[in-house]
Amino acid sequence: MELEILKYIGAGLMAFGMMGAAIGIGLIFSGAASGVARNPAAQDKIFKTALIGAVFAELMGLFSFVGIFILLFIK
Amino acid sequence: MGAPMFHLGGYDIGFSNSALVMLISLAAIITFLTLGMRKRATVPGRWQSMSEMSYNFVANMIGENIGPEGKKFFPLIFSLFMFVLFANLLGMFSFVPHGYAVTSQIAVTFALAILVFLTVTIYGFVKHGLHFFSLFAPSGVPLWILPFIIPIEMVSFLARPISLSIRLAAAMTAGHVLLEVIAGFIVTFIASLGVVYGITAGVLPLGLLVLLIGLEIFICFLQAYIFALLTSIYLHDAVHLH
Repeated sequence: MELEILKYIGAGLMAFGMMGAAIGIGLIFSGAASGVARNPAAQDKIFKTALIGAVFAELMGLFSFVGIFILLFIK
Repeated sequence: MGAPMFHLGGYDIGFSNSALVMLISLAAIITFLTLGMRKRATVPGRWQSMSEMSYNFVANMIGENIGPEGKKFFPLIFSLFMFVLFANLLGMFSFVPHGYAVTSQIAVTFALAILVFLTVTIYGFVKHGLHFFSLFAPSGVPLWILPFIIPIEMVSFLARPISLSIRLAAAMTAGHVLLEVIAGFIVTFIASLGVVYGITAGVLPLGLLVLLIGLEIFICFLQAYIFALLTSIYLHDAVHLH
């Protein structure tokens, strides 16, 4: 029974992984926004690069999501 | 769970709802493209311009990321893009009985990702021979760093199919779970507050749900785009070796 409780606590703690992804995506798009503000002509290129970076940062959050699912639903 | 005759080597090969949804998305793609281009008008109508737009979108992406050599990979990347996009969208507008987003299952996405991985690896070895291994040693790196760089590059190369498949599956699963949780609020409100107050309070999650469905449709496009984009970036590595 104790272990069962620890599993849920672990799943909750795992949500902290998403915080990292959120910080990463925030940094990426703040950089992209200031880049566009300095050079509006390069908007398309900057946005595409930012999107690729955001996808890689998002992946880390999704990994923690997968970890939560594995903890909660895989017996 | 199919009949025993649908078993092959211990695996269930019966016609499941997953296979049905995949076939339906295939049929939808064929209908979208062939019927859209049926008239071949010089000034395209709405449908035809959508078909042409999807073609141009992928063709531009390949031209930017791989270059002229990428032309021969167009069929692969275009089919991957359209399949992932239509499977995502059919998951959103699930009108098939027992239909769901097939791209939320790692079995489906991993099959697509391993196809990309094998294409990149085999093409790289066929084109460059053993020089393909120089992919693991970026040029201009000091010699003493190489023992650290090479294992890292190797692991990141081998992790590509995993990250590609888990990204798509987890993003779709996360979105659909979020929608279910928000939609569940309405039911909980009605169950706990009674019908009149429950429906009044349920307007809030309903509005949120509408916004989130819009976001999810955007994510359907984004994930299909990312899948095709990463495929073309990986193919760029195989064609040009950094």
